[in-house]
Amino acid sequence: MSNEPGNSSINPMVTRLEGDAPEIEVSLDILKRGIYVAPIIIGVCAVFAGMDGAISALYGMAIVLVNFLMAAGLVAFTARISLGLMMGAVLFGYLVRLGLIFLAVILVRDASWISLTALGLTIIVTHLGLLVWEMRFVAASLAFPGLKPRK
Amino acid sequence: MEAFIQVAAAAGLTGDEAKAASAAGSAGFAYGLAAIGPGIGIGYLVGKSVEAMARQPEAAGMVRTTMFLGIAFTEALALIGFVVFILIGL
Repeated sequence: MSNEPGNSSINPMVTRLEGDAPEIEVSLDILKRGIYVAPIIIGVCAVFAGMDGAISALYGMAIVLVNFLMAAGLVAFTARISLGLMMGAVLFGYLVRLGLIFLAVILVRDASWISLTALGLTIIVTHLGLLVWEMRFVAASLAFPGLKPRK
Repeated sequence: MEAFIQVAAAAGLTGDEAKAASAAGSAGFAYGLAAIGPGIGIGYLVGKSVEAMARQPEAAGMVRTTMFLGIAFTEALALIGFVVFILIGL
């Protein structure tokens, strides 16, 4: 911390957070879990939409995982500079990341291998599923800090 | 809707084309609306987190972890809006 704890004159615009970046750990955990579940999601999409569905699911998973990594990288990078900058970066990062996801889908919407249904459902299911899985782990870590919960 | 029909007729669109254009426009509008709520939510969430970290820096790690998960959950709403947009509008 650049400011002393308990000091009433702490200014978020100049306060910065040093040390480990927990969001990087969380996003790497999510990435690892995403790699674990990728064969299942791709397999399910392959069953319902064939090869196009499998490739679209892979593409959707890549979008979601890169989105998590970008969000975490942005928070970790800006938190080392200032909390105020972190807040701005999260808000503008939200817009930028939504724009990038939009661009990533628009660019491939007419491709021969795309299945928009598989892509859309993969994005939602992977995003929410991985988050719930990670939240379970984080909740256990926060409730019992001394214990290492089983992943 | 009447105005849209007049614009479509002036542009020389057939009924199906006008209907597709209307669906795309409406889906894009709905996506824009769907992104507003999460934007407000994320702003509120991060603002309160920054306040908490400034007040109690020793809890910053815990606050950042839960803040990151909160951002991601809130963003899921915008993603759902986006997926509805690509399924209806594209």
